[in-house]
Amino acid sequence: MTTVLYPALRRLLDDGAQLVEVLPAGEYDEMHLPGSVNIPLKTLDATTTAGLDRSRQVVVYCWDAL
Amino acid sequence: MSPRAACRLATLGFTQVYDYVPGKVDWLARNQPVEGTGADTEMIGRHLRQEVTTVRPEERISAVRARVARSAHRFALVTTADGILLGRLRAAVLDDADPTRPAGEVMEAGPSTLRPHEPAAAIADRLVDKGLSYAIVADPDGRLLGTVHPGDL
Repeated sequence: MTTVLYPALRRLLDDGAQLVEVLPAGEYDEMHLPGSVNIPLKTLDATTTAGLDRSRQVVVYCWDAL
Repeated sequence: MSPRAACRLATLGFTQVYDYVPGKVDWLARNQPVEGTGADTEMIGRHLRQEVTTVRPEERISAVRARVARSAHRFALVTTADGILLGRLRAAVLDDADPTRPAGEVMEAGPSTLRPHEPAAAIADRLVDKGLSYAIVADPDGRLLGTVHPGDL
């Protein structure tokens, strides 16, 4: 796992990375990064991640670094 | 939360996992677009003006004065070549400073800034309460995004 800041995130997105917001659904519904999908941390398992492409990069994010 | 999610993905067999640690608040603070039911929330980033005069620290005050005189505002902002905000030149300084001195020597260093995702109505009230005619907006790296003015918010 690699931590990235904004410039690297932009490069990853340009390369076709998948974005996953891991906050609860209510927070995702209110505001999320374009193109992201929502898989809340509490639900992260083989079933909920089945829709992700394992051959491509996956970038996860939440609200902030705290 | 996201580090735990990244670790969880790794345990599930994902091999190319990245954690955007600064998260959604960092994205918003860079005035990037968002989607969702709250995407239309009025934030000051939608009301940015880019008309303020920007100068380099090595520019002489005489040259800055001439540029500010042609602009809509009576102040200038001092930035690096890649837009990092270094300081401000208020009207009084522009009027009184030795015209041969460089901006970087007489500027007010490190002026206060706002982030673009701050709520427009609250910022408008704050500026009016404090008698301010504008606020400077910068991203988390200190890069100047523009200014906001209470009448626009």
